Order: sequence, then structure tokens, then C-alpha cells
Amino acid sequence: MTHLLDTERPPARPEDSRGGRSPGRAARSGKSTPWWLSRTAATTLCAIAGVYTLLPLTWLLFAVTKTLPELYSGNGFSPSAGFHVWDNLQDLFTEDSGRFGRWMLNTAVYALGGALIATLLSVAAGYAFDKFAFRGKEKWYALVIAGVLVPHTAIVIPLYLMMANLQMTDTMWSVLIPVAVNPFGVYLARAYSAGAIPGELLEAARIDGAGEVRTFFAVGLKMMAPGAVTIFLIQFIAIWNNFFLPMVMITDNDLFSVAQGLFTWNSAVSQNPEYTRLVVVGSAVTTIPLLLLFIPLQRRWRAGLAEGGLR
Amino acid sequence: MATLTSPGRAKRRQRHSGVLLLLGPFLLLFGLTYLVPLCYAVVLSFFRERFSGIGWDGPRRVFAGFDNYTRALTDEEFLTGVGRVLLYGGVYVPVLIALAAVLALLLDTALVHARRFFHTLLFLPHIVPGLIAAIIWLYLYTPGLSPIIDGLDSLGWHVDFLGSAGGVLFSLVNVAIWGALGFNVILIFVGLQAVPRTTIDAARIDGAGELRIAFSVKLPQVRPTVMVATLFTIIGSLQLYTEPMILRTSGESPIDTAWTPNMLAYASAFNSNDYHYAATVSVLIAVLAGVLSYAVTRFASGRALR
Repeated sequence: MTHLLDTERPPARPEDSRGGRSPGRAARSGKSTPWWLSRTAATTLCAIAGVYTLLPLTWLLFAVTKTLPELYSGNGFSPSAGFHVWDNLQDLFTEDSGRFGRWMLNTAVYALGGALIATLLSVAAGYAFDKFAFRGKEKWYALVIAGVLVPHTAIVIPLYLMMANLQMTDTMWSVLIPVAVNPFGVYLARAYSAGAIPGELLEAARIDGAGEVRTFFAVGLKMMAPGAVTIFLIQFIAIWNNFFLPMVMITDNDLFSVAQGLFTWNSAVSQNPEYTRLVVVGSAVTTIPLLLLFIPLQRRWRAGLAEGGLR
Repeated sequence: MATLTSPGRAKRRQRHSGVLLLLGPFLLLFGLTYLVPLCYAVVLSFFRERFSGIGWDGPRRVFAGFDNYTRALTDEEFLTGVGRVLLYGGVYVPVLIALAAVLALLLDTALVHARRFFHTLLFLPHIVPGLIAAIIWLYLYTPGLSPIIDGLDSLGWHVDFLGSAGGVLFSLVNVAIWGALGFNVILIFVGLQAVPRTTIDAARIDGAGELRIAFSVKLPQVRPTVMVATLFTIIGSLQLYTEPMILRTSGESPIDTAWTPNMLAYASAFNSNDYHYAATVSVLIAVLAGVLSYAVTRFASGRALR
């Protein structure tokens, strides 16, 4: 953790800066390389990891095309004889008078809203920690960074009791407020601010008489935008992944996240096997569009980690 | 009034209000969602509820001293739960980090064709929520549904992914590795990319082979990244909840409602309404996380000094 607390680090080099060196290196090392470190062997090892990664996703993709009996018979890694995607989708969105659509909408609110607020708060805080001098700064910063190490579940149950006292459980706020805070985002934002915003620029803005907050929104936020995207993506996925928090806070079916809804259906499979199909199709409907959406963003995310000095 | 303050002081005051406005909202919410709940959990853990008389008046909150802690530390359910997550973490964390490091080193050697393609491919599971990953794998673990079990059966190899305690542990580790591998590969890869070229070239001139360079030159340089990845994974594995909850729904596994400490905390709070005990378990998870984090960082810096 000492590394996380170490804020004075040189900015990372952009990852593509050494794209040109690979052919030379590969050629030079050609002779001394044992067979199992050869190009083919290395690619094969990565391919094995790739197949392992794809296996469950392929199964899911094919499962969407199937009827319930087909799920239980036949090869899991081949598509259905008939194509039942539309029937499956229709059943998914009409079950329980359209519950699933509602859950998706809720999840979108939690993940998009929560990540947006968390990003803005982290970026402002990271910028303030980087660009201002004030009493006890490093102590405050250490306190925030210590928050990274706190297991979430240690705070969720007391948080539930606090929310219950305020009659706030079973509202969207009970999920949105806790996910709007991400100490790790502050760590990244401070590194982005140090790397992206030259101090002279702020001095210039100050001499022009712009207020500190206006300077942040007009200059700081704009220059930190690429880093902010990374923080947003990290937090979006974290909220999307968070099952325990809504499980504790929400008991009203209308406010369920997709994960909670699928969990409820999955628990009902023993009473009604039909839910098996709905759970599978529901999993695919929530996962596959997001996968396609994230493939182009993935590079941005990687570059953001490098700039954040997480290495 | 304004004429009385010098320009310098006015500016300084403006700067202070700037810090307050930029940092204040975050710190306020951080306090409310991290510090206050943590303190509240500690307070709760020192109290318990007692029914006076026949309980008409409802429970009263009374000071319990360390009673809740004594109870937890002698509670077999809690202790076996802790044992399970430690065993799970003991298998999961080293396997994950070792696999991730090897794949990241392979991708970094430029020996691999289509590097970008593998990056994208391996990253995909990170976007799949843990709950959905567990659901998919549950089907791949279920006899009758799973093509994997069918395939292994036809090879004469009969496996039970859900029935035995050992099988379930393996199955959970597999779900977790599937979900986290790509993320950690890329994390370590990003670190490897920042290793100075000159260091590597110097080692090569000294006659070091690729393997020697990978383990003696590159890997030590990314130790901080590996440490952070290890820490996050350890803290995550202590909180194991979602995946066993899903595998439990199969009805075939030995997983009960208090299988992990986290499940025990949930069950104490919402099945038996014992918030004080739930808070105690939460505090103990946090303490365990703190102790392990400390041990890992100490171990790491100790190694670095040598």
C-alpha cells in the first residue's frame, strides 16, 4: 500500500511509445529462445486462456436461441435447431407484467447516476488534493486512501441501519448515495491532475480573476476529461457488479437491480423450471450489449490506468 | 469592509473557499458512507438487545462489553466460515496472480501474435457482473445441463462440481479466476510497459535470456502493481458472498446460509434480526482485512529491502 500513498511519481509513458521495437527484439532473441518460449508456443498459451475466457460466453450466446427442453438436451456449444431468440426475448420482457424492463431501468439509474456523481466528486477532490495547499492535507489524503482497504461489507450493514433510521431504505437513494463515493477514484484523479494540468495554467486563470471553482470547471475538468472517463468506467463496472448493497437496501421488487431480479428468479427455478430459460436469456440480454459497448472503450480504460500511475 | 482586507488576504480566503467547495462534497459523503458506518458498527458490536420481563416493551439496548466478540470467536459457524474464505483465498489469490503475471509477461515479450486481440478477449469477463458469471458457470456445473460434464463423462472422467465441499471450493475459485484474470493481466501488462527499455537491453547485452529477463528484470519492476492487485484480491476474497449465494440455489451443494462470514452477517441481520452480532462479524471482517493487508505490505517491503 505504500505505493498507493506515494504520490510523487513520474507520469507513465504512453503505452504505444515503443511499438517500433518489437520486430528487432524478436529477431535478435530468435536463436537463444527455447522452443517453449517460441512465438507459436507463446501464442498457443494465450489462445488457451482465450478459449477458457470464451467458453462460458459462447454457451450463453447459444443458450439464448434455445427452448427449455433444448437447454437440457443436446450440445451446449451448438445453436438450437430452430431459432427461438424472439420468443425468448418476448417471454423475458412480458414475465411478471414486464418486471425485467423495470429492473434494467433501475440498474441503469444506479450504475449511470452513481458513476457520474462518483466521478465528479472524485475528480474535484483529486484536483483539490493536487493543486491546493491546506492544513492537514496529507493526513486527509491518507484517511481517504485508507478507505480503499475497507471491505465494503463491513460498512453496508451499519449503513443499512442508518438509512433505516432515516426511513431511506427501499428508496433509490439508499443505493445511489453509497455508490457515489469511491476513494480509489480520488487516488487516480490526483495522479491525473498532477500529470495533465500545469500549475502555470491555473496561475494564469487566477490572475485573470476567475474563481477557484470556475477555474476547476473551465480548465481542470476539461484537461482531466480522459482520466475522468477511466474513473467513470471503473465505478460503472463496480456498481454493475455490486450485488450485496442492493440486496441489503432494497426489498421492493420495483426497485430491484437486474442482478437481484435474476437472483430471485434463479432461486425460484426449483418451483418452476421455466425460470431457467428466463434467467439464461436475462443474463444474456444484460451482458452481451454491454460487452459490445465496452470493447471500444477498453483501450481508453487501459491507457487511463497507465496515466494514473497504477503500475 | 472590502477595502480593509489586503488583496493577498482576499485571494487566500477565496482559495480556501475553493478547497472547501471542491473537496467538501466528497469528504462529506466519504464521512457519511465510510467513517460514520465504521464507527457505528464498532459501537453496535459492544451492545446487545435484551427483552425485559415477557418482552411487551420490546427489546432494550444494553452494554455488552466484549460479549459479542467472545460469542463470534467461539461460534463454530463463524470460525468455519473464516476458515473457508481463508482456504478459498489461499488457493485463489496465488493462482490468479501467478497466471496473470505469466500471461502479462507473455504478452509483453512481443512473441504473441495478435496482442491487441488477446487484450480485448481476456478483458471481456471483467464486464460480466459476478452474479451473471456465477449463473453461467452454475449451468456449466449442473449435471444434465452442462456440456463440460457431458464431455468429461464421455472421456470416462466423472466430476462433481457442486456436491462435495472440495468440489464447491474449486468451482468457486474457477468462477472468480474466470472473472478476474483478464483485468489483472492488463493491470500487470500496463506496469510492464513502463519498464525502461534501457534496463532490458542492458540485461540482454549481459547475456540474459528472455526467461531470465522476464523473472529477474521485469517482474521485480512491477512488484508495486502486483502488490496492489494482490491486496485488492485478498480483500475481495474475504467478502465472498455473491458466487456461493448463486451456487447454493442449485440445491445440490453443501453451502448453507452462513457459509462465509459475509453470508453469516447478512443472515444474522436479516433472518434473525440480530444487528449487533451482524455488526460484530462485519468489524471482524474489517480487522482481518487490515491484518492481512498489513502482513502483505510488510512481507513485500521486507523482500524489497533484501
